[in-house]
Amino acid sequence: MHDRPTADELLRAVELLLDDQLVPALDGAAKYNARVAANVIRTVRRELQHEGRQLDAEWRGLDLVLGAEARPPGATPMRQKLHERNEELSERIRSGDADEGRFRELVLAHVRDTIHAKLEVSNPGWIDG
Amino acid sequence: MAADDELASRVGSFITSKTGASAVAISGLRRLTGGASRETWSLDSTITHADGHDETLPLILQRDVRGAPKELSRPMEFALMRAAFDAGVPAPEPMWMGDETIGAGESFFVRCVEGETLPRRLLREEVYAKARDAMPAQLGKALAQIHRIDPAKQGLAALPGPPASVPPAEYEVRRYEQIFRMIASEPHPAFELAFRWLAARVASQRNASRQRTLVHGDFRIGNVLFGAEGLRLVLDWELAHLGDPMEDLGFICVRSWRFGGPKPVGGIGEREPFFAAYEAAGGGKVDPERVHFWEVFGNLRWGIICLSQARTYLDGVSSSVELASIGRRAAETEWELLSLID
Repeated sequence: MHDRPTADELLRAVELLLDDQLVPALDGAAKYNARVAANVIRTVRRELQHEGRQLDAEWRGLDLVLGAEARPPGATPMRQKLHERNEELSERIRSGDADEGRFRELVLAHVRDTIHAKLEVSNPGWIDG
Repeated sequence: MAADDELASRVGSFITSKTGASAVAISGLRRLTGGASRETWSLDSTITHADGHDETLPLILQRDVRGAPKELSRPMEFALMRAAFDAGVPAPEPMWMGDETIGAGESFFVRCVEGETLPRRLLREEVYAKARDAMPAQLGKALAQIHRIDPAKQGLAALPGPPASVPPAEYEVRRYEQIFRMIASEPHPAFELAFRWLAARVASQRNASRQRTLVHGDFRIGNVLFGAEGLRLVLDWELAHLGDPMEDLGFICVRSWRFGGPKPVGGIGEREPFFAAYEAAGGGKVDPERVHFWEVFGNLRWGIICLSQARTYLDGVSSSVELASIGRRAAETEWELLSLID
């Protein structure tokens, strides 16, 4: 267990520093980059908030599309296995399996959910924009 | 600062030798943008001619770092802008190719034109209300003028493009698929679905898409200079190539280039009047289905460019926070692709 501030609370402090002090004090390219950096902090904070739920949902979605598999314990093996399963899904799409029919519907619904999850983290405004 | 003074003095001597002026004074030299490979500077030159009269010539200098990778050689880009300017396209007026006194890499000077380039200003500020109305038709006309340039007659036949036996659509899709396979760190099922969609249509359009013209290659809001009255210049010619003219019409409709605006053409215009202005200016018949094909391709292409920009950070070539964060923008194009191909 780490002491407070939590990771999110620490990032919040950096976000405030960038937004309230550095961006207004800077000009030109440095100002622009400070804005980008503040957005990066916001992205990371959203990722920390959503990641557990999103990895779970992606696994369950792949179970529906590719068939159920036992879930590895721990976040790192889970990410690695998700990568492999997404390779498998990509290979199925490349071979034409998702060109039409029921499998296409399943794939489209699943992929839409996963991109929705990515945008919830990277740019929530894009989803309904 | 001393380095800037040194550059100003070398630019002064260079312009003196190019114009045969009796004196050249350089003022206001400043760097506008600088990346790992290309720098843009603005400056004012006051040229005193042999007959004693003064001419003020505002200039833009573009200068490469030696050995920086690029799509077009600078002399080719210079020749291209010359052809466009002479054809009446609102393009930068090329002045001189630079030499080794200007920089270690290739460089050139163009005449500087006043104006704004920030898309969000165009979309949101009251002062550009008239420009928003006028620009879709102006962009259609400019594009028609670009596509009417005869590459063979203008010494532009060496521009990148597909071999004669390969249709442009097939060539571009294959080219970006190769880049994607080379650089992507993660699987992207949405891009795989888009490649399947494009491949099916490349096959059915093999004859329709054989036409090839000069293509600007990066034609979008964000790469134009504008004023209160509308379009002033079409900029950023370094991705020009030979291909299907419909590519440019589709690219400007990519959602990322609408900058939050509600309408499909650069956020500011509907497709039909844009197409009509293009046809009225002699741009040839617009095929909306092919434009749609290229809009899908444009989304995919921008998504792959996002991945490749992040790649320069991941590979340690650049430490830019902007390039790093652009990697996450690929998801925006994936989202758009899913609704375009469903």
